[in-house]
Amino acid sequence: MFDLARIRNDFPHLQRSLEGSPVVYLDSANTSQKPTAVIEAMKHFTEHSYAPINRSAYRMAAAATDAYENARTLIANFINAGSPDEVVFTKNATESLNLFAQGWSRQRLQQGDVVVLTHMEHHANIVPWQMMAAERGIEIRWIPLTDDGQLDLSDLDNIIDGASVVSFTAMSNVLGTMNPVREIVDRSHAAGATVMVDACQSVPHAVTDVQAMGADLIAFSGHKMLGPSGIGVLWGRPDILDQLPPLMGGGNMIDDVRLDTFSCAPVPAKFEAGTPPIIEAIGLGAAVEYLSSIGMAEIRQHEMELTQYALDTLTERFGSDIVIHGPRNIEERGGVLSFAFRDLHPHDVSQILDEKNVCVRAGHHCAKPLMRIIEAHATVRASLYLYNDTNDVDILADALTSADDIFGL
Amino acid sequence: MPGLEDLYREIILDHYRNPRNRGELETPPAISVDGHNPLCGDEITLYVLVEDGVVSEIKTNGQGCSISQSSASMMTQAIRGRTLAEAEALIHHFKHMMSIEDHHHDEPGEAPALGDLEALQGVVKFPVRIKCAVLAWNTLSQALESA
Ligand SMILES: Cc1ncc(COP(=O)(O)O)c(C=O)c1O
Repeated sequence: MFDLARIRNDFPHLQRSLEGSPVVYLDSANTSQKPTAVIEAMKHFTEHSYAPINRSAYRMAAAATDAYENARTLIANFINAGSPDEVVFTKNATESLNLFAQGWSRQRLQQGDVVVLTHMEHHANIVPWQMMAAERGIEIRWIPLTDDGQLDLSDLDNIIDGASVVSFTAMSNVLGTMNPVREIVDRSHAAGATVMVDACQSVPHAVTDVQAMGADLIAFSGHKMLGPSGIGVLWGRPDILDQLPPLMGGGNMIDDVRLDTFSCAPVPAKFEAGTPPIIEAIGLGAAVEYLSSIGMAEIRQHEMELTQYALDTLTERFGSDIVIHGPRNIEERGGVLSFAFRDLHPHDVSQILDEKNVCVRAGHHCAKPLMRIIEAHATVRASLYLYNDTNDVDILADALTSADDIFGL
Repeated sequence: MPGLEDLYREIILDHYRNPRNRGELETPPAISVDGHNPLCGDEITLYVLVEDGVVSEIKTNGQGCSISQSSASMMTQAIRGRTLAEAEALIHHFKHMMSIEDHHHDEPGEAPALGDLEALQGVVKFPVRIKCAVLAWNTLSQALESA
């Protein structure tokens, strides 16, 4: 059951008030707030169960190892992975994307091989490939956008023709666009490419089923889905993860080490060199349990209704004074609302909103190529999550009105 | 939290709406330097013409928020016609006002008048905006180094 009042109560940070008025948190596309269940799970584990994992033979260490591996299993179930071994813990989506881009490029790609990205990628799915393009002589091709902020797939077959890798976002962190993942995956596979999906914005907000998606790898971050910062996930098909070399060497990732050589541990340990973020893994496990207890389909439904309410409210109140980017159709977008307000600079809008405790992001959202294409140097971005309600949207709209007082428009 | 009226003073909004010395200069003889604030995407291009040790012409181009734009506009007014040494002193003085630099650069008795720029004093109460206010000034430092 989706009980919004109860959900809001689960987030201590949202109960706070600043100088007498409530905090309106509209920056979840950046990072999410944490429910008590996650905070308590990490606290409880730290107080009662903390010990090294995978190294020591005493019972407490074995129990800590079990808890860490149990978190892996919870996450595997959450995304419907075939096995927990397909779930690699990283620091964040950025590390997951780099792990693949760097490892795969060095192992498999040669001068002239083609990697396909899209114009709506986050820097985390652009820069690692640019680094590899410089190092390996890889060619990068781009899937462009339509005027209403969707991927323009009209020339897709030409663009992916002969590509070795296609790596694209499931949902834009600027436009909110939800891409037709399965279609792009299938067509890329037909072209012979290995497919990575940056699922950083989709996993927190909708049902994720890696088997139904069909991709070879996906990347996401714990902190955007109610989990702590410091932990992320790379999911991969077993045969792909077997072929992918590790990025870092050290403890935990080896099978054997001699003076002149080493051999790798099996997946996923191969990618988890050094002491991993143990407490954070426990926290992310608790986060996916919490999300599952509410239901990802229910969360998506709530966000669709709230996004519709926000689109309607903002356009009704401000008409042509507000320009909201991205698709209009609620089925094709998530709760990320990037907008321009009158001729005010986003930084100034954010300052005025902050005065009313409304937290939004202003800037280029780590997607500068996209910003140049939509001809916005910066936007204001209000992003919604399960704990936001129509009152938050109303306060946002009221706070925007107060721009009049200051800029006298 | 300090009031927004401390930040958005009338003179700041005036420089934002009607930026002074906007445009380009021919390079060479002028030099141009780009500056940007990676946090919010503000961008500025500064054109400086130095003749006989004096900043004889200065223009700015680019886009950004009210604070970065007005600071750039006021800066061009304050810097035009100054010697390089005076310009350096102004830069240090302004950065000191933004509380990001100690005062020890200034020769005693030589604190230059900031004029309109004093209006930016309120920015210090909004630490995230200090970067906006000093963008043009950091860019000017770079330009003068290469002049
Ligand atoms: C689409 C997308 N990909 C990747 C990332 C990078 O996530 P992180 O900073 O957690 O590594 C983000 C975060 O903003 C994102 O929105």
